[in-house]
Amino acid sequence: MIRKLFVLFLLVIVGFFLASVVVSVPFGAEKTIVGRYYLNNTIGETGGVNAVTSIVVLYRGFDTLGEVTVLFLAATGLAAILANTREKRKKHKEKPSLIMRVGTDYLFPAAIVFGSYIFLHGHLTPGGGFPGGVVIASGFLMLFLAQWHYKADELWLKVIESLAGMTYVLIGLIGLWKLGTFLGNFLGKGTPNMLLSAGIIPLIYIVIGIKVGSEMTGLLQNLRETTENE
Amino acid sequence: MSTLVLYLALAMAILMLVGAFVVVVTKDLLVAVIASAVVDLVLAILFYILQAPDVAITQASIGAGLTTAIFVVVVRKTKRFEDD
Repeated sequence: MIRKLFVLFLLVIVGFFLASVVVSVPFGAEKTIVGRYYLNNTIGETGGVNAVTSIVVLYRGFDTLGEVTVLFLAATGLAAILANTREKRKKHKEKPSLIMRVGTDYLFPAAIVFGSYIFLHGHLTPGGGFPGGVVIASGFLMLFLAQWHYKADELWLKVIESLAGMTYVLIGLIGLWKLGTFLGNFLGKGTPNMLLSAGIIPLIYIVIGIKVGSEMTGLLQNLRETTENE
Repeated sequence: MSTLVLYLALAMAILMLVGAFVVVVTKDLLVAVIASAVVDLVLAILFYILQAPDVAITQASIGAGLTTAIFVVVVRKTKRFEDD
């Protein structure tokens, strides 16, 4: 009884503060000073048409490096936890259905191409390295579900992931060497709306896309192996 | 935002509330995972209506796709029904 009252009390407090914030900030109203600055000056300063990716990679590039590191640590931690739980292989398994197998044959290449498109065009259209990598990983998830015997080479996954991570830092160091700022845009702005524009944004998003894709694929494979062998 | 879109957004917000309620109430964890995937998917559509396609793509791929897959695997690995 006391516990329920306490929960109700907490709900009222949280609701009160949420409501007060919602009331004081009108929905979809005038943009803030920072938001207006970004929207007005992004194309002129970075050459990237998509303001969101320009902010993520150039204005806040160091934060993104931190984000990539957090994701890497989470995947590594999960792999470390799962490493000791591999059990004996179950004898009889249900075969994946025909629809799943045939559908995957057609959808897997499409998922790979779409994921690459998302991170290659991060500076032009909505998207970027993180969603692009996850779309690629979801293609591999389909493959894992449809083909019991398929297994991605873990060594290669690790090598690709590490190389991508190192390339990110290397791009940052080249910026430090040429412009004096870590992750500085040393390639210039280029012509907006072109595929080869916005300096290092496409480079970094290709690296992030490959890194996230291989990381998530490795994570899913780890989970699958420990589930399958129960 | 036109009136039709506004009503659509309201209907989706109600759907999200129902989904979130199901997630909290149900004892079947698989149902809870699917319901939270519905919440994520509707949220992605709402982001798109609110002109944030970047966030919508990320929400749909990570929230509705990858997280759901990982949760389903975890439910299969542990147990499906919550204790009272």
